[in-house]
Amino acid sequence: MATQNQSEIRYLTPPSIDIKKKKFCRFRKNRIRYIDYKDPEFLKRFVNEQGKILPRRITGTSLKYQRKVSQAVKRCRHLALMPFVTDLLK
Amino acid sequence: MNQYETVFIANPVLSAAQMKEAVAKFRDLITKFEGEVVHEEDWGLRKMAYPIQKKSTGFYYLLEFRSNPEFINKFEIEFRRDERIMRFLTVKLDKFSIEYNEKKRARRGEVKDQPKVEE
Repeated sequence: MATQNQSEIRYLTPPSIDIKKKKFCRFRKNRIRYIDYKDPEFLKRFVNEQGKILPRRITGTSLKYQRKVSQAVKRCRHLALMPFVTDLLK
Repeated sequence: MNQYETVFIANPVLSAAQMKEAVAKFRDLITKFEGEVVHEEDWGLRKMAYPIQKKSTGFYYLLEFRSNPEFINKFEIEFRRDERIMRFLTVKLDKFSIEYNEKKRARRGEVKDQPKVEE
């Protein structure tokens, strides 16, 4: 029977495609309402190694807070607390 | 009356006395135009992430104050005219940021006493 044959296929390690970890917005979860632009250490989580702002699809931030993150990163850069361009930021 | 926050970077070649004088000038300006300084913070000489005016360090200073919105324009013009100031940023604070700042101050107040905390 076809159904039985399919069920016999087994993997030593279960394929990782199905076990995707659900992303969440850290601001909604932790009830952070204001993102401080004077805290470059915190904002580093939202930029890549070159100092570019990471997209929402990678960090999982909701749109409302992504706008605030990008505003904060830009203010931070203006005050030279964070670089505009670099290598090996992290 | 709105609450604002200004961070400015002063030239690192200034002496401590000159720096105090510059800060006093802006503080007086706020009080002169019916504003009120809520909080101030001296971050001292800091290394900047990239050079500004060919200098790699600067004196950072933060002023939190309450004033009329018309005042901000005059205030920023003073910053632009002042040669000691290399960079400045004024931000209007909403209720969440005011709350955040107060919490931050309270947390720091527990660690060490800051005489300049008001309210």
